[in-house]
Amino acid sequence: MTTPISSMLLVLLASVIGSVASVFLKAGANHLHRDKASLIRSGKRLSVGVVLFVVSSIFYVWGIKDGSLTVLYPLVSLGYVWTLVWSRLFFNEPINRQKIYGVGLVLVGVMFIAAGNK
Amino acid sequence: MSSTAPTLEATAPVATPSKLQAHRTPAKSIGLVLVCTIIGAAAQILLRMGADYIGSEEGLAGLISNWPLMAGYVCLGANTLLLVIALREGQLSVLYPIIALTYVWVAILSPMFFDDTLNAFKIVGIIFVVGGVSMIGAGSKR
Repeated sequence: MTTPISSMLLVLLASVIGSVASVFLKAGANHLHRDKASLIRSGKRLSVGVVLFVVSSIFYVWGIKDGSLTVLYPLVSLGYVWTLVWSRLFFNEPINRQKIYGVGLVLVGVMFIAAGNK
Repeated sequence: MSSTAPTLEATAPVATPSKLQAHRTPAKSIGLVLVCTIIGAAAQILLRMGADYIGSEEGLAGLISNWPLMAGYVCLGANTLLLVIALREGQLSVLYPIIALTYVWVAILSPMFFDDTLNAFKIVGIIFVVGGVSMIGAGSKR
């Protein structure tokens, strides 16, 4: 089964949007206190995060309509790579060797699981 | 270490480690994300059951009477809520990749519900994913 480039791009886009969603959820979850001002600020960020997750899943479902899941499934998990980059950029989180190798192992693992899904 | 010696600091190509938040990720947050992966796997299985269920009744009534689909959406909602609570403390770059364990639960659980098998490819994949997540978790301890 051949996988169209358009499907790959859609799933890739879904992975990017999903990773940005996680950034908004984290930004909303940080400084989530009981006072009204922080609830409103957090609420806005969390809402954006949830909406982005929904948008991401729409692109995902659209992408996997055609093509092989063996190819498309691992593409989604590239979202973990983007999240590593966003975490460094927006939250100043260190990127260490364990995170890079860890995400690498996860990607290989997802490829295997997808291959087993035949 | 900021003001007196600008020469070396200014030429450093990347931010010095002291500028990075080297805060640890609490076990509580990691535990919450682990619970998220189990609920997320349940959601995926329920949604897939719901997808097979579609067609018995038309329109909105059919959608609402499709209990696996509804239960799947409830799980997704609970999943998001738990994830936000988990993300209140700790690093996103540590907590987010843990969600990959969802793949592991789905691979283990779906043979019980669908015409799936747990073959050698999947077992190797599970070992890699668990290894990767463990490595990220171990790296968060310092």
